[in-house]
Amino acid sequence: MAVGSVRWRPVALGAAGVLGLVVLWEGYKALGPAEGVTVAGQAVLPRTTDLGMPHVWDMIGRALEPATSIEGAAPVWLAVVQAALVTLGTATAGLLLGTVVGILLALLMQRFVVAEWAVQPWLILSQTVPLIALAPLVVSWGGRLQLGPVQWETWMSVGVIASYLAFFPMAVGALRGLKSPEAAHTDLFRTYATSWWTTLLRLRLPAAVPYLLPALRLATAAAILGAVVAEVSTGHKGGIGRLIIEYAQSGSADPAKAWAPIAGAVLLGLFAAGLVYLLGLALGRYRRQEETA
Amino acid sequence: MRGTAVRVGAPLLLGVLALAGWEVLVRGAALPAYLLPPPTEILGQIRAIWDGLVDATRATGTNALVGLVVGALLAVVTAAVAARVTWLDQMVAPLVAAAAVVPIVALAPVLSNMFGATSETPRRVIVALVVFVPVFLNTLRGLRQVSPVHRDLMRSYAATPWQVTRTVTLPGAVPFIFTGLNIASSLAVISAVVAEYFGGLQNGLGSRIASAAAQSGYARAWAYVAASIALGLLFYGFTLLLERAATRRHTG
Amino acid sequence: MTQDRLTVPATATTPTSGGDPAVRVAGVDKVFTGRRGQVEALHQVDLVVDPGEFVSLIGPSGCGKSTLLRLVADLDSPTAGTIEVFGKSARRARLDQDYGIAFQSAGLLPWRSVADNVELPLRLHGADGATRRGRVAELLEMVGLSEFAGSFPDQLSGGMQQRVAIARSLAENPRLLLMDEPFGALDEMTRERMQSELVRITSETGAAVVFVTHSIPEAVFLSHRVVVMTPRPGRITGEVDVRLGDQRDEDLREDERFFAAVTAVREALHGRPTPASGAHGRDLR
Repeated sequence: MAVGSVRWRPVALGAAGVLGLVVLWEGYKALGPAEGVTVAGQAVLPRTTDLGMPHVWDMIGRALEPATSIEGAAPVWLAVVQAALVTLGTATAGLLLGTVVGILLALLMQRFVVAEWAVQPWLILSQTVPLIALAPLVVSWGGRLQLGPVQWETWMSVGVIASYLAFFPMAVGALRGLKSPEAAHTDLFRTYATSWWTTLLRLRLPAAVPYLLPALRLATAAAILGAVVAEVSTGHKGGIGRLIIEYAQSGSADPAKAWAPIAGAVLLGLFAAGLVYLLGLALGRYRRQEETA
Repeated sequence: MRGTAVRVGAPLLLGVLALAGWEVLVRGAALPAYLLPPPTEILGQIRAIWDGLVDATRATGTNALVGLVVGALLAVVTAAVAARVTWLDQMVAPLVAAAAVVPIVALAPVLSNMFGATSETPRRVIVALVVFVPVFLNTLRGLRQVSPVHRDLMRSYAATPWQVTRTVTLPGAVPFIFTGLNIASSLAVISAVVAEYFGGLQNGLGSRIASAAAQSGYARAWAYVAASIALGLLFYGFTLLLERAATRRHTG
Repeated sequence: MTQDRLTVPATATTPTSGGDPAVRVAGVDKVFTGRRGQVEALHQVDLVVDPGEFVSLIGPSGCGKSTLLRLVADLDSPTAGTIEVFGKSARRARLDQDYGIAFQSAGLLPWRSVADNVELPLRLHGADGATRRGRVAELLEMVGLSEFAGSFPDQLSGGMQQRVAIARSLAENPRLLLMDEPFGALDEMTRERMQSELVRITSETGAAVVFVTHSIPEAVFLSHRVVVMTPRPGRITGEVDVRLGDQRDEDLREDERFFAAVTAVREALHGRPTPASGAHGRDLR
């Protein structure tokens, strides 16, 4: 069968795409002007100095060396992985919170049409405005707010920002999904005289899976973006966002080092998307419509 | 009739109630300003710093606009080529898929190294990269969405590939391109604001919000937030109008 | 007719005289209020269906036949008039699960296997595992789909999906079956086979059936009685007693009495006087 040859082609071409990016980078670095290209006072193409565009192999090499000159310092890649895991943890907490609140709001809107009418326009509107601009303000809660026995900590601010970015796609996707069962199905459940709760569990939630998964995919990417941005504006130590700023500040002396946490953020995004993909595989039974459609 | 009234009234009522509740709660419970300043105080700040607000909005808005136009143009052209050249499509696909799930703004610091910290270009590059993803994906989907009936019809007319592109493929793809642009217009403003948190020039809304918050000027920070919300709505509204104009011409 | 896979459920009721009719519709109006004013979907409809009787509702689009079925199922409420199912209100009958229902689209849940779809009403109403398994096996055998128990709906043809939907509607041994053009989306050959199966199944279970269709031969082949409806406003304008006996098989489709009944229904639909024939129609206008 030709199946084998069909399957390796996209993989090989995909790898070629990544390689092409590297070749483009190194090619421009070799041939482009050192001070970049400026048109009418605007920088259009970057500087090709080692400071502006380090060699790809220098980036990789730097990642394998110790992070600091201090004796026994961990290599850069290890520091990056640890920071990425911290950010993943915070983003996950935010994602969970945002998902729960989003689905609860969607349930409210599905149950009471007036709630849907009242909330829906705001929900759509809020997706078009830069809510993340609030990040520095939420961050200022850190260390000052006291909720009963709980002292508000900076990482909670990061989680809250991640959660409200994750919340909107979840609410919109969940509402669309909960309303997705066709008339024949809702009629059928009505003839079975089932309660709202049973209908939800047996019909609406399973039918919502094909809508919840893409929403979760968006929400996951949003939660990670929110966590990284929040870490940057908090200066919260430990996460990948902070590391991006920290390593960039040593930029002029050590330009290759700044790329390691960025690669870490990229891998973090890919890893989280991979987890959502696996969840999608596990829920395959609820996605049969999607595949045959 | 009554249904329409409720449909329009319900969200308005909720908005007014939320604002009033916010004001009453903040004043009544004497919430600290860092948690939430009252709306009236934010309004006062907007008036007080109006000129600075306009300047900052213009700086961020220009970055968002330049990035949006460049990113969208690149995306449409790349998608048009990728729709015809399969191997190119397969080479670009994993990069775009990755870009969709990755925090692109994280590139801001290294872009500053590449273009210089005093340049606006890094932020525009970020906006263009962020915008590229949804426009490219939606355009490609639109270009592939040619209905089999139309394709068969064009084949029976023995139409040339260029004729097919002009009469069937492109008009069919226009709504998809606008779906991508709608998403992209919001993303452009969001990423233009956020990119400023990563350092560089201190002239836009994002850096003003951050510095106001750092100096405990919370109402002032909220005033800049309000400006960025207005900017986001402006971009979104503008793409909606553009879409309406373009689709009307196609259907009319 | 006896076939080797014939299975009579233990609790099936037989058609009995006396007691309450399966369905009694009296003086029912149904008015829908839409954007362009009011539409009178049903006007002064009266209908009685006896236990064990197979009644078809036939008529052109918009004659209110599906609306009438939905009222009996308590999926909608009448604007005026009363509807009783086995002597209870339609709502009570729905809450008591006195009927089974099948729609034009099979309406199977795509994430449940064939067996799990048939099992759905039993599970929703709290039957225990052993009962469920036994009943599902019985029903799948009745509709001839035993070897597809583990398949998913998207792996079945339209006709097979509809058989699953019919098995599901029979799951709780209802004494009344409501069917809204269940074979409407099937090709002609599958359709005739399904009709034969439905005749066999209903004679096995003894349930009363209200069957909505717009196919005259289908109504004639299946029914004891065909009720003819006309639109604007939707109302009952005629009835044809078919009574082709219980020995209904493929030969019947070529039989003189079958053609005569088809002619009677057609003329009732078009409002011409019916000539003398094996079947007798009544014009109710």
